[in-house]
Amino acid sequence: MEGRYEVIAEAGHYALVLALALALIQSTVPLWGARRGDAVLMGVADGTAFGQFIFVALAFAALTFAYVTSDFSLLNVVENSHSAKPMIYKVSGVWGNHEGSMLLWVLILVLFGGAVALFGSNLPARLRANVLAVQGWVSTAFLLYLLAASNPFTRVDPAPLEGRDLNPLLQDIGLAIHPPMLYLGYVGFSIAFAFAIAALIEGRIDAAWARWVRPWTLAAWLFLTLGIAMGSYWAYYELGWGGFWFWDPVENASLMPWIAGTALLHSAVVMEKRAALKVWTVLLAILAFSLSLLGTFLVRSGVLTSVHSFAVDPTRGLFILIILAVFVGGSLALFGLRSGTLRQGGLFAPVSREGALVLNNLLLTTATATVFVGTLYPLALEAVTGGKISVGAPYFNATFGPLALALLIAVPFGPLLSWKRGNLFWAAQRLWIAAGFALIAWAVTLYIEGFTSILAPFCVALSAFVIIGAFAEIVERARLLRVPPGEGLKRLTGLPRSTWGAAFAHCGLGIMLLGVTAATSWNVERIDMMRPGESFEVAGMDLVLLETGMRDGPNYQDFVARFAVREGGVEKAVTESSKRVFAVREMTTTEAGLVTFGVSQLYVSLGEISNEEGVAVRAEWKPLVLLIWIGPLLMSLGGALSLADRRLRVGAPRPARPRLQPAE
Amino acid sequence: MRRILLLLVLLLAAPAHAYDASGALPDAAQEEKARALFRELRCMVCQNQSIDDSDAPLAKDLRALVRERVAAGDSEETIKTFLVERYGDFVLLKPRFSAANLLLWGAPVLAFAVGGAIVVSSLRRRKKLADGRPLTDDEKRRLDTLLGD
Repeated sequence: MEGRYEVIAEAGHYALVLALALALIQSTVPLWGARRGDAVLMGVADGTAFGQFIFVALAFAALTFAYVTSDFSLLNVVENSHSAKPMIYKVSGVWGNHEGSMLLWVLILVLFGGAVALFGSNLPARLRANVLAVQGWVSTAFLLYLLAASNPFTRVDPAPLEGRDLNPLLQDIGLAIHPPMLYLGYVGFSIAFAFAIAALIEGRIDAAWARWVRPWTLAAWLFLTLGIAMGSYWAYYELGWGGFWFWDPVENASLMPWIAGTALLHSAVVMEKRAALKVWTVLLAILAFSLSLLGTFLVRSGVLTSVHSFAVDPTRGLFILIILAVFVGGSLALFGLRSGTLRQGGLFAPVSREGALVLNNLLLTTATATVFVGTLYPLALEAVTGGKISVGAPYFNATFGPLALALLIAVPFGPLLSWKRGNLFWAAQRLWIAAGFALIAWAVTLYIEGFTSILAPFCVALSAFVIIGAFAEIVERARLLRVPPGEGLKRLTGLPRSTWGAAFAHCGLGIMLLGVTAATSWNVERIDMMRPGESFEVAGMDLVLLETGMRDGPNYQDFVARFAVREGGVEKAVTESSKRVFAVREMTTTEAGLVTFGVSQLYVSLGEISNEEGVAVRAEWKPLVLLIWIGPLLMSLGGALSLADRRLRVGAPRPARPRLQPAE
Repeated sequence: MRRILLLLVLLLAAPAHAYDASGALPDAAQEEKARALFRELRCMVCQNQSIDDSDAPLAKDLRALVRERVAAGDSEETIKTFLVERYGDFVLLKPRFSAANLLLWGAPVLAFAVGGAIVVSSLRRRKKLADGRPLTDDEKRRLDTLLGD
């Protein structure tokens, strides 16, 4: 490393300090301005928000530069990089470690702050000043945390010649996508949080508030959905045993804000349309971000994987715990004090769209509470009684499962109920096609299954009901079955995008359920020792081990096994599965061979290798497995469609263009 | 030479999943029962993995133990009790219903009940607000005079 570039890391470090100074100004001055009604003081927030973004972006660029040029005078680079690491992992490795990922967290936080300043010109000045001030509090806390306890720019002297490389499990394209997506979601909820706190400070909240909060929440939710789905697929192909969700505490940490965020999206609809559920929506906005903070704490402090992580680095865990306590405690206290000032409005009967959304919120909140208790119970119990227990997948399947199924039964009904007072019977009549398909699906599955299980056929029927029922509102609103097709088509295209968005998102839920059911109930597994030339049968296909051998990669070596997949003697596909050995960290990862047939996959991974018996091969036929991730993709698509709805672009009215008449 | 070293590393770094291809019980029903149990037992040296998923030596030993017990005809409950006596409650991925776990298992029910109660009470309160209080005699009289003429 040539000396003249080393100053860049110093500049990055300094930029963080400057960002902190701006954050402190943003935390106080606009708030003061909003109190006094001083437009100049309130206007300060815009400049500080942009400034913070620029400085944190500079710091991030400086750290990226250090990674790209392998500047081993930075401790963070030494511990997580290696000069032989491929360039893409040098870049994504910036956030593949504690300090760097916290820097990414803050970068996204100030990105959202800057976005509010940029796109929030239509917000009332006071609300905007308060929102940005609250954003300032959050960024102050996390910038302090970065500088005091997780500084990515810490030097090491003398600088070693080589780094210790990145954890091999993270050397994957997944690292480039999964954390940024997840953080865009996590941190995106900070906007909803800031709006909620601002509303409490002002003691004023109205339908327009919900209209401003919804797009931000929707965007955060969309990214979180993609982030979680991406993480799930990554675990599926990388961890080597083909699971897609493990109910691991770290996964739960991302699931909790997602469920709370989903509830928030729905309650914000009620607030926007009917000015009801105001207090509840504000509380949910606080909860969604609090759970994001909790997630950050659980993952970043290491308290979950091992309770001893506190002892290893007590400052870090303690620091985030204090941030967590201050923000969650403070906001809930403020809520307790001020929520009485928010007027409730909008009456509705229990059976109505509002009522359905309340049921949605009740079930989602219960689900969140279940995941919360299940995740933290072992910690709490150990702290109180010293007893050690495990809460794993079987617990969550038994508790979260029924809640999710109950919610899914209700999903198709919700959009068909009218506001204020709905008619359940009328809604049920609109769902007869979906119910018919569900019944057929149930009968067919039961027949194929040979009447051995109850749950799987039920879940398949429910998926059919949800997938088809999701479009019942569209059919109804376009009057598809009652008007001539041409007219119906015209009505279809005229429907608001948010209606389509809801339909796709709900349909995605059904598709995901179908994938989960099929992949867990009809998974066929075969494990055997194999030598080149040998084959075995799995799910009606022959898996032939063609050859095995060694291959060199940039910073690893592969033990590769090539397989052919044959059906009735005809070769369908060739795939490779490998064990990847990373010399620097002395770690092995499994690269599974995936053969895709439609939306099903054959999953081939390697186990033990012995000279006498050959290599252990695990082949799994996973029917419809890809639906598990296609579902969330569809949900995100629904979110994006909803985001594109023109009703959400308030304050940006485009003058109606006079239609040009063709010249005579 | 390097190839041999590499193989050595491959062998030493315990692969992260369960492949004892040879260990399966001959009786399919018994093997099924054993596999179901594997999924409920924690590999205690791993990070949140069941012994069905893990290939740590301990998980391997536990699998052999469970299979042995299943083959001997022990019930699921007996095997679990045996393992809990040996390794503590930590080994069970699905905690038992016990006084200490009351809050854990009660949480979903409690959350739903409390949430439901809040919903019902606030709906009632709102309905009452909407129905409004009955008119006082004075107000009735005024209404009558207004409507009367």
